[in-house]
Amino acid sequence: MSTTLPASRKPAGTTAGGAPAGARLEFRGLRRTFGSTVALDGLDLTIEPGELVALLGPSGCGKTTALRVVAGFEQPDAGEVLLDGQDITAVPANRRDAGMVFQSYSLFPNLSARDNVAFGLRVRKVGAAQRHERAAELLDLVGLPDHGDRYPHQMSGGQQQRVALARALALRPRVLLLDEPLSALDAKVRANLREEIRRLQLSLGITTVFVTHDQEEALSMADRVAVLNAGKLEQCAAPAELYERPATAFVAEFVGTMNRLPGRLTGSGTVEVLGARLPVDGPVPAGGDVEVLVRPENVTATADADGAATVVSASFFGAVTRLHLDLPGAGPVKADLPSRTAGDLVPGARAAVGLAERPVLVVASAA
Amino acid sequence: MAAMTPTVPETDVPEAVPAPRAAAPRAGRRPRPRVWRGAVLALAGAYFLLPLVASFVFTVHVPGRGISFEAYTELLGADGFTESLLLSLGLAAATIALSLLLAVPALVAVRIGSPKLRPVVEVMCMLPLVVPPIALVTGITTVLRWGPEHLSRTPLYQTFIAVQNERFPLVLVLAYTVLALPFVYRSLDAGLRAIDVPTLVEAARSCGASWPYVVLRVLLPNLRGSLAGAAFLTLALVLGEFTIASLLGFRPFAVWIVSISGAQARMSVAVSILSLLITWLLLLLLSRAGTSPSAAASAPVTTSRKES
Repeated sequence: MSTTLPASRKPAGTTAGGAPAGARLEFRGLRRTFGSTVALDGLDLTIEPGELVALLGPSGCGKTTALRVVAGFEQPDAGEVLLDGQDITAVPANRRDAGMVFQSYSLFPNLSARDNVAFGLRVRKVGAAQRHERAAELLDLVGLPDHGDRYPHQMSGGQQQRVALARALALRPRVLLLDEPLSALDAKVRANLREEIRRLQLSLGITTVFVTHDQEEALSMADRVAVLNAGKLEQCAAPAELYERPATAFVAEFVGTMNRLPGRLTGSGTVEVLGARLPVDGPVPAGGDVEVLVRPENVTATADADGAATVVSASFFGAVTRLHLDLPGAGPVKADLPSRTAGDLVPGARAAVGLAERPVLVVASAA
Repeated sequence: MAAMTPTVPETDVPEAVPAPRAAAPRAGRRPRPRVWRGAVLALAGAYFLLPLVASFVFTVHVPGRGISFEAYTELLGADGFTESLLLSLGLAAATIALSLLLAVPALVAVRIGSPKLRPVVEVMCMLPLVVPPIALVTGITTVLRWGPEHLSRTPLYQTFIAVQNERFPLVLVLAYTVLALPFVYRSLDAGLRAIDVPTLVEAARSCGASWPYVVLRVLLPNLRGSLAGAAFLTLALVLGEFTIASLLGFRPFAVWIVSISGAQARMSVAVSILSLLITWLLLLLLSRAGTSPSAAASAPVTTSRKES
């Protein structure tokens, strides 16, 4: 029951953050249902000390529920949450030693930024002078040194979330929980704050769980990304690995863009697709006809009057141009080409389509 | 509003008049509406002030003897004035305390725990509006009569006697709490809607706050405006309540005013002017207490109250 209070840990050193506060966080067989909906279906996941793990998934996949279980706002039906090996499942939310930043603006409207940050210290009866000092230190840390006297309604959304972050860190929690903290902000502020959160997290070394439905956010910030689907963990891996070597078809298609092309297993671990023979990665389904998952950047297209494919549309994204092609027998195909090689591929043009020589994932044919 | 009912009924009716009219000129941005604004203000002002001034003149001007404040000095020493006023204020304070103690935890709990129950609670809180006070009083009388007869051998008997204590009739507090419930509910509900209760509660919890701390230090400060609004309406209601108190045979301020108005005309008018001033003063104090950004919800009530 007794979680370590921050006061008993090493006090802040010269830096605002103090000693690396990372703790190991483990989910063991978490299960939670709401009526007939299963939010968590036996979730197992270990987050190493000081690591930032993003929980990514479509809405309703259980990622927010998982976070709320850590915070103590939800009780799991089964399973446990361990913090540094200690079972905290039964510890009430106010004694969990976890700081949280919420999706909606959660600052106390009647308190100034300084008092918001110092709220938790006040709860723990820390003296006023010490409180103010710590609040100033944290406001400085989140880049708002001059905003201590402002009230929430006098600050922008981004500033409010910074203050909320400072408030979450004020008690030097062992875990930082971020529940889509950027989703209410506009794109530019979001990108800035994203980098800043990551910078702060690295410098404090605090174990962080970040819930998001935005894969760009997850891939760019996290040490590892845990992809959840229907309350289960599909894969937890570093962003590059997740992208390059997705463990399941769900991950493959949820993260990034994916083409599904008809193929045929040829035995000896290869698959024949679009006339090419490629090695198969991951599990091989039984049966000859399969669907092959190929990233758009691994599809090549060249202007060719005799080509089988027709360019439907081309979208210019700066360095890359995405082509939507129609390939008889395979359906729509997306291809990402360096923009300078895509000049001739205007809508209506014929093109020859090929695949890069890389291992591919295959799934049983849906048809 | 009922505070002035006995002798100055005019003030009761026009309460709603200035608000819509005053709002109209604000919509246009041309300078012309200024004239309108002035005209409306003058008209409304005359409508409110003339009866007041006339009443005041009536109380101080004695034909053939000139100006005299006798009515007021007599009044302060009049039999029952202080007692009934203090009784009314005490009843108001107790009613405010009881209704807030009942409503705040209940509404917060519904908001956090089971939002589905909200319509049920709403209907329950609104019921007193459709039950006329006269029906309520009949019910209360029946119970008060039935109780001592059937419970004379139980400890409850003493309770029945105690709640009817002349000096502080708790039964009135209970009845007024029921009457005040719709107003308290409306005011608090508006306040609770204005803040994101579940998120604030969770934010405070994750900062280490216990439940009582959350309610006292996080929710109540942010409900200041609506708490003041609820107190405000309850105060006005209790100070002016006549039917129940009179029929149950108690003598708070409103009942006392009526009881002396028949005998001494001048003094009764003086009393109603004084009661108006007292009510205004108290309401002003309460509305001061509730001044905060989140008071917006109860603001319309506040302004229309001040204007009357």
